[in-house]
Amino acid sequence: MSSNYQLKRVDFIFKDEKDWKEILKNNINRPPQELINELISSELKGRGGAGFPTGLKWKLTAEVDDMTKYVICNADEGEPGTFKDREILSKVPFKVLTSMAVCGHVIGSKEGYIYLRGEYFFLQPELNKAICEFEQYCQEINFDFRIRIFMGSGAYICGEETALFESMEGKRGEPRNKPPFPSNFGYMGKPTVINNVETLAHTYTIFEFGAKRFYDLGVQYSRGSKLFSVSGDTPKPGIYELELGMSLEDFVDEFGDGDTKAVQVGGASGFLVPRKRFGETTIGFQGKLTGISLPTGGSMMLFNSSRSMYNVLDNYLEFFREESCGQCTPCRVGCQQLLNGIKAVKRGEKNALYLDKLLRLTETMQYTAKCGLGQSVANSFSSIVENFREEMIY
Amino acid sequence: MAKKIKITINELTVEVEPGTSILEAARETGVIIPTLCYHKDLCVAGNCRVCVVEIVGQKRLSAACATPCDEGMDILTNSFKVRNSRKHIIELLLSEHNADCTRCYKNGNCELQKLASDYKIMTQDFIRLVPLKNYTIDQFSPSIIKDDSKCIRCQRCVRTCEELQGVNALTVAYKGDRMKIATFFEKPMNDVICTNCGQCINHCPTGALVEKNYIEEVWDAIADKNCHVIVQTAPAVRVGLGEELGYEYGSRVTGKMVAALKRLGFDAVMDTDFTADLTILEEGTELLTRLKRALVNHDPDVKLPMATSCSPGWIKYIEHMYPEYLDHLSTCKSPQQMFGALAKTYYARARNLDPEKIVSVSIMPCTAKKFESNRPEMHDSGYRDVDYVLTTRELAIMIKQAGIDFMKLGDMPFDRLMGESTGAGVIFGATGGVMEAALRTAYELVTGRDVPFENLNIMPVRGMEGVKEASIRIENPLEQWAFLDGVELKCAVAHGLINAKKVMDSILSGKSQYHFIEFMACPGGCLGGGGQPIPTSPEIRRKRAEAIYAEDLGMPLRKSHQNPEIVKIYADFLEKPMSEKSHHLLHTKYSPRERF
Repeated sequence: MSSNYQLKRVDFIFKDEKDWKEILKNNINRPPQELINELISSELKGRGGAGFPTGLKWKLTAEVDDMTKYVICNADEGEPGTFKDREILSKVPFKVLTSMAVCGHVIGSKEGYIYLRGEYFFLQPELNKAICEFEQYCQEINFDFRIRIFMGSGAYICGEETALFESMEGKRGEPRNKPPFPSNFGYMGKPTVINNVETLAHTYTIFEFGAKRFYDLGVQYSRGSKLFSVSGDTPKPGIYELELGMSLEDFVDEFGDGDTKAVQVGGASGFLVPRKRFGETTIGFQGKLTGISLPTGGSMMLFNSSRSMYNVLDNYLEFFREESCGQCTPCRVGCQQLLNGIKAVKRGEKNALYLDKLLRLTETMQYTAKCGLGQSVANSFSSIVENFREEMIY
Repeated sequence: MAKKIKITINELTVEVEPGTSILEAARETGVIIPTLCYHKDLCVAGNCRVCVVEIVGQKRLSAACATPCDEGMDILTNSFKVRNSRKHIIELLLSEHNADCTRCYKNGNCELQKLASDYKIMTQDFIRLVPLKNYTIDQFSPSIIKDDSKCIRCQRCVRTCEELQGVNALTVAYKGDRMKIATFFEKPMNDVICTNCGQCINHCPTGALVEKNYIEEVWDAIADKNCHVIVQTAPAVRVGLGEELGYEYGSRVTGKMVAALKRLGFDAVMDTDFTADLTILEEGTELLTRLKRALVNHDPDVKLPMATSCSPGWIKYIEHMYPEYLDHLSTCKSPQQMFGALAKTYYARARNLDPEKIVSVSIMPCTAKKFESNRPEMHDSGYRDVDYVLTTRELAIMIKQAGIDFMKLGDMPFDRLMGESTGAGVIFGATGGVMEAALRTAYELVTGRDVPFENLNIMPVRGMEGVKEASIRIENPLEQWAFLDGVELKCAVAHGLINAKKVMDSILSGKSQYHFIEFMACPGGCLGGGGQPIPTSPEIRRKRAEAIYAEDLGMPLRKSHQNPEIVKIYADFLEKPMSEKSHHLLHTKYSPRERF
């Protein structure tokens, strides 16, 4: 542990949920505008990785005039190296359910869905039990809200919100064109709030303790705490709730094995930060790789010097090549070209300058891909190739 | 009307209606943005990304087809970033495309090839992905060839099959690098619900979906001195063919077409319009017979509404989708097959030819006709009734191969015996045409008077609306049709199989009560057929329809029963409509098919 240890452990998310009934009852009796204001003042941002302000999302959907609206909990946790939502749903399901119901109250929706990742089928029985109990209580207090589980089928792309809607509608999981956005045109073409599991768990915290307690954590632009799924070359893998805004150096001091070469922040679609940049990198929402802070869905993969960065990238690209939905050109063909390209360079079939051509290609993918998947392949590719170029070639 | 939106495209300020896409706005302004997955007939997909443009202030580029204009948008369609990205995307598409252009059937009429040429993609920097994958060429269908190695996954065929046709024979399968356009369980095209309508071919930007061509076979037959090669031309061909040979959309080239066919070496050039007129007499009589059995005899076995059976795409569709309703179909063969059966009987006898030596070729706006001529039941002449079916496009290829300067040809008339036709036969090529032709004849047959529409133009069944309805009240009929007095004959017309589905479902639900319905598989009817020149669009189909109706109006005879050759064939050969001979040669039956 370094002397300037700054990491702050937080314990909100997994704190007991025994008061959920009271929190539900209190909050559904508050005016929607008040709840929206509270969320906005907490500055909570979506914990799935994209970081859209949650209060604004609820507000936009609440403002749309429609008899039918939906609340969807995105539990299609597919980002490599992320396993926090599973933990939330098995340990504190009532927090998520409560927040969904409060959201229903705020936006005027009577129906909620949990889109559960196909591989999490084992969570279903327990979750269903919780839902039963939850709905029973809703009936008792005369609150009209029902929640259903929708099982995904294992496609990574279905975590993208509009692909998720398509999947729920029984269609092929392919992202839609945006606009229109879910707040106007979501599931079944109806206004929809779709939040990550962890985001909903945080709103519970805010409803329980007030926006200030949440806001006081973290730094500017990145308020509150966040769950981190720590994996890789670390003596203590697991899930940790930490305050946002920490420096990567402090994080590695705490979780590294003393030989950390790089950290992949935000899963395969995130950035790889090499050791020389640990000090200047903080974990939060604003900023770029070279700048100060990195956004993340919470996946932190540590690599020590025994790891080949070529193999790491090869692995990511294989993942993307397979998990692209295949509809748009830059993502479908781009991922294949990147993977085949680094293999060709490694084998000496293409010279090292070909890597620059591929870097330019990732730029095009970032600019032109239809959804976040294709756009974010550039993140890991360019951060790995730029920082570990020699490992790609030799 | 909502207030107009002001935007800037390449520094030009324009005002557009709210909801206009950047692509539409640009086109209005005279700025061309290249597209691939976009098609005017189809919903916006936004998946090829070729049409990306830069909106100043945004880091990412936007697909012009899928992005609506917003007040104050500053759009650049040819910036550094756009040009580089667009070129990258074309390069990517080419890397997964079997770009063996000189050996491709669509060489010269391929949208990807044109883009590659426009952007001068001269290098092959990216790794060629084509040889790395297992691509198959599906050649099992008699109508359509599907070559996955040429597919660029724009999904235009998928959207066509779903939105225009409601068939869904083609859908997207798998994901990522394995994503492809596939049939049910990747069965061959002839084993699935595909109706062979060919609309996917008309909408495919590359050579991934093309018709199975029989050009060489026809050349061989023409060259064979032992063969007597006769050809028939469908009504819609004469308003489409010109487009492949330098004419404007919707040009009428009937006389030149006949001249060209004679130059190609066909021994006789005759007209499918003749058998279209014949269809009217057979089908009209069948309808009146059914009405009589229903209204006079109260026969519970008689099936009404009666549906037309000229469109082989529609026939296969109903065989798959509504097999329990096959008895509602008219038993009449399509004009093509009537012609085929008569060519090797009536024509052979009249010309004193050995039917075995006759090769019967038809020029059709249609790929489903290729399948139809291949049906086992279409051998009523004792031989295969129609030997080869060529599309309008294939005929144009033959004309070019023969070195014929089409525009310089003089007009020539069809050969006699089965070459005479009326305006009623011509309008078979447009949606509503069969209905209109049938009403012109049936009404006169029943009442002795012309249909009560100005110039015989039955306007309610014309036009491009998906489902059209019309009704005619029959008053003061001739004596033998007295039972029809006061009957309101209710008709419907549907074109595009998605509209056929709507009509069928409304009949099934009991909402609609019709007597007679015309169904055409393709949007716009045969003039928008799957064998017609590419491209197609609502505008192009409208122009072809205008040409068809102009052709009708210019004909001296406009009612099928006035056709002197029709009068003659009944006198000399068939005796009367629905006679035993007609039944044998001109009528057919249908078989239910699986629904996948």
